[in-house]
Amino acid sequence: MLRYFLKRLLSLALSLVAASIVIFLALEVVPGDPAAYMLGLNAQEDTLNALREQLGLNGTVLERYLSWAGGLLTGDFGISYTYRTPVSEMIGDRMWVSLPLALYALTLSTLIAFPAGIWAASRRGSYVDAGVMGVTQLGVAIPNFWFAMLMVLIFAINLRWFSAGGFAGWDAGFWAGMKSLTLPAIALALPQASILTRVMRSSLLDTLNEDFIRTARAKGLNKAQAMWRHALRNALIPVLTIMGLQFSFLLAGAIIIENVFFLPGLGRLVFQAISARDLIVVESVVMLLVFAVIVVNFAVDLAYALVDPRLRGRR
Amino acid sequence: MSLFLYSRTLLPGAFLTLLFAGAALLSLVWVPYDPTVLDIANKIKSPSWAHPFGTDQFGRDILSMIMVGARTSIAVALVAVGIGMLVGVPLGLAAAARKGGLLDEVIMRMNDLVFAFPSLLIAVMITAVFGASALNAIIAIGIFNIPVFARLTRGTALSLWSRDYIMAARVAGKGPARISLEHILPNVANLLIVQGTIQFSLGILAEAGLSYVGLGAQPPTASWGRMLADSQTMISFAPHLALFPGLAILLTVLGLNLLGDGLRDILDPKLRRVRA
Amino acid sequence: MSLLSIDNLSLAIHGTQILKEVSLKIEPGRILGVIGESGSGKSITAFSVMQLLPYGAECSGKITLAGEDILSRSEAQLCAIRGRDVGMVFQEPMTALNPLQTIGTQVAETILIHKKVSRAAAMERAADALRRAELPQDRFPLSRYPHELSGGQRQRVVIAMAIALRPKLLIADEPTTALDVTTQAQILKLLQKLVVEENIGLMLISHDLAVVADLADDLVIMRKGEVVESGHADNLFRNMQHPYSRALLKASGHVPERTGHARDTALLQVRNVVREYVTHSYGLWGTTSQFRAVNDVSFEIRRGESLGLVGESGCGKSTLTRAILGLEDVQGGEILFDGQPVFTHEHANSDVRRRMQVVFQDPYGSFNPRWKVDRLVTEPYHLLERQPKGREKDRAIAEALESVGLNETDRHKYIHEFSGGQRQRIAIARALIIKPDLIILDEAVSALDVSVRAQVLDLLADLSDRLDLTYLFISHDLSVVRSITERVLVMKAGQIVEHGPTDDVFDHPKHDYTKQLVAAAPALPDDVAGGRSHDPISGSLV
Repeated sequence: MLRYFLKRLLSLALSLVAASIVIFLALEVVPGDPAAYMLGLNAQEDTLNALREQLGLNGTVLERYLSWAGGLLTGDFGISYTYRTPVSEMIGDRMWVSLPLALYALTLSTLIAFPAGIWAASRRGSYVDAGVMGVTQLGVAIPNFWFAMLMVLIFAINLRWFSAGGFAGWDAGFWAGMKSLTLPAIALALPQASILTRVMRSSLLDTLNEDFIRTARAKGLNKAQAMWRHALRNALIPVLTIMGLQFSFLLAGAIIIENVFFLPGLGRLVFQAISARDLIVVESVVMLLVFAVIVVNFAVDLAYALVDPRLRGRR
Repeated sequence: MSLFLYSRTLLPGAFLTLLFAGAALLSLVWVPYDPTVLDIANKIKSPSWAHPFGTDQFGRDILSMIMVGARTSIAVALVAVGIGMLVGVPLGLAAAARKGGLLDEVIMRMNDLVFAFPSLLIAVMITAVFGASALNAIIAIGIFNIPVFARLTRGTALSLWSRDYIMAARVAGKGPARISLEHILPNVANLLIVQGTIQFSLGILAEAGLSYVGLGAQPPTASWGRMLADSQTMISFAPHLALFPGLAILLTVLGLNLLGDGLRDILDPKLRRVRA
Repeated sequence: MSLLSIDNLSLAIHGTQILKEVSLKIEPGRILGVIGESGSGKSITAFSVMQLLPYGAECSGKITLAGEDILSRSEAQLCAIRGRDVGMVFQEPMTALNPLQTIGTQVAETILIHKKVSRAAAMERAADALRRAELPQDRFPLSRYPHELSGGQRQRVVIAMAIALRPKLLIADEPTTALDVTTQAQILKLLQKLVVEENIGLMLISHDLAVVADLADDLVIMRKGEVVESGHADNLFRNMQHPYSRALLKASGHVPERTGHARDTALLQVRNVVREYVTHSYGLWGTTSQFRAVNDVSFEIRRGESLGLVGESGCGKSTLTRAILGLEDVQGGEILFDGQPVFTHEHANSDVRRRMQVVFQDPYGSFNPRWKVDRLVTEPYHLLERQPKGREKDRAIAEALESVGLNETDRHKYIHEFSGGQRQRIAIARALIIKPDLIILDEAVSALDVSVRAQVLDLLADLSDRLDLTYLFISHDLSVVRSITERVLVMKAGQIVEHGPTDDVFDHPKHDYTKQLVAAAPALPDDVAGGRSHDPISGSLV
């Protein structure tokens, strides 16, 4: 178990280093001189120099990478040129919108998908199954930002149950904050829940065909017992994989959904930064999101080991 | 046509797909109104005989814009699938042929790395450096497709490599490249077609999302995602502006997914019959 | 009153008739052997007793287990019977256990589901059941997971689950088919012991007459969903009435007729061959270890000879095959074909390789499903410098197909249009097309039903006579090796432990391992009429 953990940890570290190099190359080396890029064509030479100094751009590519990566490790993301504030502060504020939104959506989609998938699988071929499959077919196909707009139209503009956008802030209380995240989270969760339901269902059906389910039935377990005690945990392995992959879609989706609801999250931040040519902010946000994806997949790997003794027992 | 008997989803899937592909092709030669010409006198009209889907805030015909938008969506998604297949499939075949070797290890690690970058983040990075365009969307979605196809190909190819007929081919003196082309690729093709349809539909969704946030096609190129972004501020008094482009995306993606399911239904039993 | 009696059981799945009026009886403390080839309905009969049938199955007739009418029981009542009154053992031990639970938990579940006892008490009884299945606690504690056990050990866990509650009836569906010969003998012995000691009635299902012959008190022979013959084992073997059972018996002991044409010149020489694998594990704690799959092996095949190579799974025979075919280099020694090395300068020696061909075990996996027969059969042409084209190629295809008893017109068909036996014939045609000197038959008849196997063996014998072929016949099945080879090598853990004329080695084994193998090999009683026969097998079986 320890060895599996350490191996995964090593691969986590390598992935992070590789990702940071890719991001650094794409956003600091490819554009040429970032200072000139940020200030545009008409910049004065001394302004440029000042910015270069401020951004730590004087040095070889390797030196710049090391100082940037070193900064990341200590939580120092550099200074936004546009806002003249530390990027870490800007991100810190926005993260408390984006992260809860992603977790809220993940929770919702899991809470919907697990029961729905199990329900459909246990009544394979019935109207329940056909109904669940039909709904998920639509859920997979619907663009989530459009679904979000429709929800705004119905629940905010017509029924006035929710506000059409904006974020109440956590200062206004936990429930007020959650309320302003509810429509965005539902919009975000719907396609993910649909995919997860389908994966859960097909994985369960596959597992129910396994020989050991027949063995369990021969012991005297009824269908439900065989499913809950033997099939479910085995079926979870592919579901975990998909949940890990989904997290990156969830983050990407969150960036778009934040735009529909005018939520002050990382997504809004990154688009503002793009239009302001504030590369440091873009770089930091992208790095943070990639970091989140990699860490989540690391967690999924660990979850595998919890579920599957064959990984734990590898000696 | 007896193929349609095998699958309940194939026919509706093929119908929807052909409908939108047809609309896109038709828009090359004819549209009801030129979607680049503004007609302020006729702005924000509800659906009527003259304008079946109504007009937007500049008086442009929504139906015409959707037809032209279909072209953008389909072109972007199709090229992105092409990039994913052309790069991913050979990588997957090579990795499987050299399983456990350095090449396999490098290809799989690179795959893992790309998987950590959702296509939206790739688009964000490209846009931050080069500015927004439809080409960005193609590249971003295409890059994201590469590991999808590489993994699928490698996984399936690995299971095929352990078959005796591969051993027979090796006994007949054939090398890994030849075996990959003659034996592995044709037997992976079915799965690639099915996955291709799925990635196609995901590509359409992704393109719409990118255009919606302004990272994809730029005006004057018509695009479903942009139409939705433009309609958002007017949704309270002109919901039809948001309704039709959204439905277009939904139905195209639904059609492709149904087609994919249907293809799996008709391609898989054949495989099963061969095995049984 | 019998423990189990099945009376006129008919069964249809979605309207397709699978079983027709099957009747049989099992008494406590006795073993009933149910024998049949694939498609005979023997497994589905067993599953009817448990009422674990595929969706859409409908039974009629009567199944009585210890006085209870099974077909009239509700699902809940059936659940109470399964595992408590009837235990079941399956064919595939590798997949029959839940990989995520310990063996203790899985055996204890049988007890917990039927008895109101604490988990600790159930674990105690599980340990006892494992002990009865000969998995002692000091070596196989309850906390083991299935992946830590071998196939035979897993099968014992399944048996422990089945006998945990001391059921009256045990059903074993091909319990040893997936196991090695020596493991098979041990499992069969265990089952026999349980029948005697615990007075269980055992329904032992097998495709192999010989497996059942040693053990069964009573026999039922099935074919296409019907019982064709049944009775006491002793009587039945001596007076088979139905032509099918007689033909089956004959096929089981079939010895194809061949004229020896071995000469003194060596065709293949294997000298002190060593094949080592280096196993890497990547990462920071990556380790390298060496595994010697073939260890100092030497032998010769003479021209025109048929040489057998027997050994259990993992003994290195497949590795050796790949080395002989020049697919992999060796780490020590040399392999010469007609005096030339098979592997030179990182590559197989193509001069040599075009004179060797191979036939594999799996008739389903040996062919690319997307190719037609003519393309499949001519694949070895790739080895030739001048590849036949046009008329010459057509003639060669026709000749190859006809020589294995197929039709020239079969060349336009895909492989899924053929049965298992026909596919093995196509595999032989593929081997013949470049007119090789040596054909390696790697378990080439192991996956076939007995009757089809007999026909393919006849074909092989006939071809070797007609075309002066040399065979290396690799198999785990001693009776098959005995029927078609002149000399035999016995391989264990990468080494040849014994060799000599086939009859000598099997009749008077010298090495302990050979003795074990010979003793473990299931055999028909010597005095049985069809014991070993040279009569050609008629096609009436299939």
